[in-house]
Amino acid sequence: MKIARLTLALLCAAAIAAPASPQDEPAASDSAIAITAKRFEFQPAEIHLKAGEPATLAVTSQDVTHGFFSRPLGFDEELSPGKTVQIHVKPEKPGRYTVICDEFCGSGHGGMKMTVVVE
Amino acid sequence: MKPLDRRRFFKISAVSLGAGALYRFAAPALGQAGEAARLLGGKNGETPTSFSFVQFSDTHVGFNGPPNPEGTRAFERAVEMVNASSPRPDLVLFTGDLTHDSEKPGEHADRMRLFRKISSGLEVPKVYCVPGEHDAALDGGALFRDAFGETHYSFDHRGVHFIGLDNVSLKKPAIGREQLDWLRKDLSRFPATTPIIVFTHRPLFDLRPDWEWFTSDGDQVMQALAPYENVTVLYGHIHREHAHREGNTAHYASRSLIFAFPDPDTGVPKKPLPFDGTKPFDNLGIRRITAGDASQPVRLDEVELTVKEHAGTIGMQQFRKEGEAL
Repeated sequence: MKIARLTLALLCAAAIAAPASPQDEPAASDSAIAITAKRFEFQPAEIHLKAGEPATLAVTSQDVTHGFFSRPLGFDEELSPGKTVQIHVKPEKPGRYTVICDEFCGSGHGGMKMTVVVE
Repeated sequence: MKPLDRRRFFKISAVSLGAGALYRFAAPALGQAGEAARLLGGKNGETPTSFSFVQFSDTHVGFNGPPNPEGTRAFERAVEMVNASSPRPDLVLFTGDLTHDSEKPGEHADRMRLFRKISSGLEVPKVYCVPGEHDAALDGGALFRDAFGETHYSFDHRGVHFIGLDNVSLKKPAIGREQLDWLRKDLSRFPATTPIIVFTHRPLFDLRPDWEWFTSDGDQVMQALAPYENVTVLYGHIHREHAHREGNTAHYASRSLIFAFPDPDTGVPKKPLPFDGTKPFDNLGIRRITAGDASQPVRLDEVELTVKEHAGTIGMQQFRKEGEAL
């Protein structure tokens, strides 16, 4: 039963955000969507992606270590200050997905989030 | 005499004090006491007897803002209520966010001292704490350890095995491999029938990951606990009550002593509920819980608390004037 539930959960997760294969990855880094993280916000606060199309997010922390986490989109990255992390995604299911900072960064940490809109 | 079913033995009833939850453990009926002692005695060196304990959570000492401009008032009131209760609880467990973090030099340490000052007013035999992210995430738990010792540990009390877990010190919502190894070793000493109470800050299941209401490796904790027939997890962090059951484990969130968060299922943003000065303890919760074994559903009763007029709070300002902190 537990295995069946786990399998179902994995299938659901895969249906929402399939990991991008190498040929899915955009060839040029300039096609990446730039996102900055600083206490206690992401900029831009909302981005739009197309369902079924691969995309790259280039996320950079401008101050302290932050997290970049979304369970349904399938990523949980650590953002060290000044270092850009490239995240390849291929969201399959339209919807609005919340991305949060999941590395405690101070008193406003609990409200540090952005939205990925998949159309 | 019918042999005692140990699952029936372990029954919990809890009465909220409006600022935490009072849990009572039911001892077996008189005729079954010897059987219970035989089952439990020698397993962890203690014979079970009835007792009660209180859970406090999210006192956030040092916080002072629109969601609660009265600072430590609810915390102090809760201490008064515990001291006025009869019989007094054996234990008080604090499930994290004892203090509100501060990066101003010395201020977080001041807040930790103020927490200790207020909590030391509890007239109970034992007080145990685990950290929340506001206590321990910025310094990896160093300040907490100075004040209270290790951030995870276990102890036995009257036949129940208590386990305090730290899911905040790694900055991320996680227990980590080292603590998981410790947990498995700690549990290996006990038979599957041992009643276990885990107390921690964040939920150990995916309550709302997009509100950071989860522990990334909480599933591994639950796997380690899966063989045990009676497991209760008490946690805080979400600043509202919540009950959840998975397998043999019942999970209960306690309300906060500073402000409440809304129900995420209502579609509202994650912002503290507004403070009402005419009802200063509103949303901080008055709760009665009766919970039992796997065959007995959880029962929640909301109880109105008569608020006693409070003379005032200690508060950071007064704390500093007294010259105890700086």
